[in-house]
Amino acid sequence: MKTIDLRFTINGAKERVSIPPHRTLLELLRDDLQLIGTKEGCGHGECGACTVMLDGVTVNSCLVLAAEIDGRSVTTIEGLRSGDKLHPVQQAFIDESGYQCGFCTSGVILSTKALLDANPHPSDDEIRQALAGNFCRCTGYTKIFESVQAAAKGLEGDR
Amino acid sequence: MYPFKFHRPATVRQAAGLLGRLEDAKLLAGGHTLLPVMKQRLASPAHLVDLSRIEGLAGIEAKGRSLAVGAMTTHAEVADSGVVRAAIPALADLAGQIGDPAVRHRGTLGGSLANNDPTADYPAACLALDATIVTSKRRIKADDFFQGLFQTALEPDEIIVRVLFPIPKKAAYVKFRNQASRYALVGVFVARRPSEVRVAVTGAGTDGVFRMAAFEQALKARFAPKSLDGLTVPAEGLSSDIHASADYRAHLIGVLARRVVEAANKAV
Repeated sequence: MKTIDLRFTINGAKERVSIPPHRTLLELLRDDLQLIGTKEGCGHGECGACTVMLDGVTVNSCLVLAAEIDGRSVTTIEGLRSGDKLHPVQQAFIDESGYQCGFCTSGVILSTKALLDANPHPSDDEIRQALAGNFCRCTGYTKIFESVQAAAKGLEGDR
Repeated sequence: MYPFKFHRPATVRQAAGLLGRLEDAKLLAGGHTLLPVMKQRLASPAHLVDLSRIEGLAGIEAKGRSLAVGAMTTHAEVADSGVVRAAIPALADLAGQIGDPAVRHRGTLGGSLANNDPTADYPAACLALDATIVTSKRRIKADDFFQGLFQTALEPDEIIVRVLFPIPKKAAYVKFRNQASRYALVGVFVARRPSEVRVAVTGAGTDGVFRMAAFEQALKARFAPKSLDGLTVPAEGLSSDIHASADYRAHLIGVLARRVVEAANKAV
């Protein structure tokens, strides 16, 4: 089969791969790059477990062909920490127990990061809207919501 | 995902040529309907023609008395556009209510119209605003474009390039959404234009989006929720499924039509 050559940035590092055109971004991340922090839930763009950032905005990586990221920049959960230090959003989810089984967590954290990058002081409604595409089947969302609020506060201290 | 041959034309003309020449080819825009459908094997096209490398298909521009939105413009771009917000705020509101953020970052205007899902939002805006769909071949009025469930006037090798929305005096969109999918259980778009009022309903019809002539006439006489008093909506021809019965959808059309007129009056 004919393959496509891609050059892109993944978590700040330049990468080149050759892939068949039907590879999704999620498959590229998990199967080719071994970045398995991004999860496959429904595979149909409904659950948000596979959420990553593409050029700074959230996408469902299960519904983006890998071919579409040529020349662009992808951020996954693996790219958030700096050295040994977790990203403030990650730390807030630990401190507030904003997860249970953890399957949806990387997607939720990426949606949270995208929200706070664009809007450091979100209203309650803006938080709910930003997480509308991320399903959690464990927590009932309250702890997740509180984690986002704590992350916004934590980032305030960093600024 | 299942294999297909992948094509990346640089111009609309090349893309249309590929569509005409290749057996069993589909256009790829945002992929948020096509890729799930392919994963379910409800479609297995031999060729995908990717529109993402074609210059000039995305973008928003106010042109005199209308707003031009490129076919590859995403829902997020429409929702966040100051130009759209200034010209037709109802259109920005509508785009901001489609799906969730990740969906809005990929889904496109052209993709939504070409698919003509009976519960999609954009078809209601096009029909109520009397939009013109500009394709690789011609201009199609919204009244002629939507032709039934997932059916449009598009020919097999025809590609939507942009949509021209005439700027109304007043407009609003209100939807009652399915809580899980965020598709419209019923959505009503109203536009008060210099010469007419148009009311378009999505989510409810078994043949997709449609206009409510009786409501339009009543609202033309007086553009107020009260003008709709005494008007009922027949359940015939409306969809019935696990989410809502035809009777309930008929009731919702009346309720939402009153709310949308109120919202349009408040918006100005």
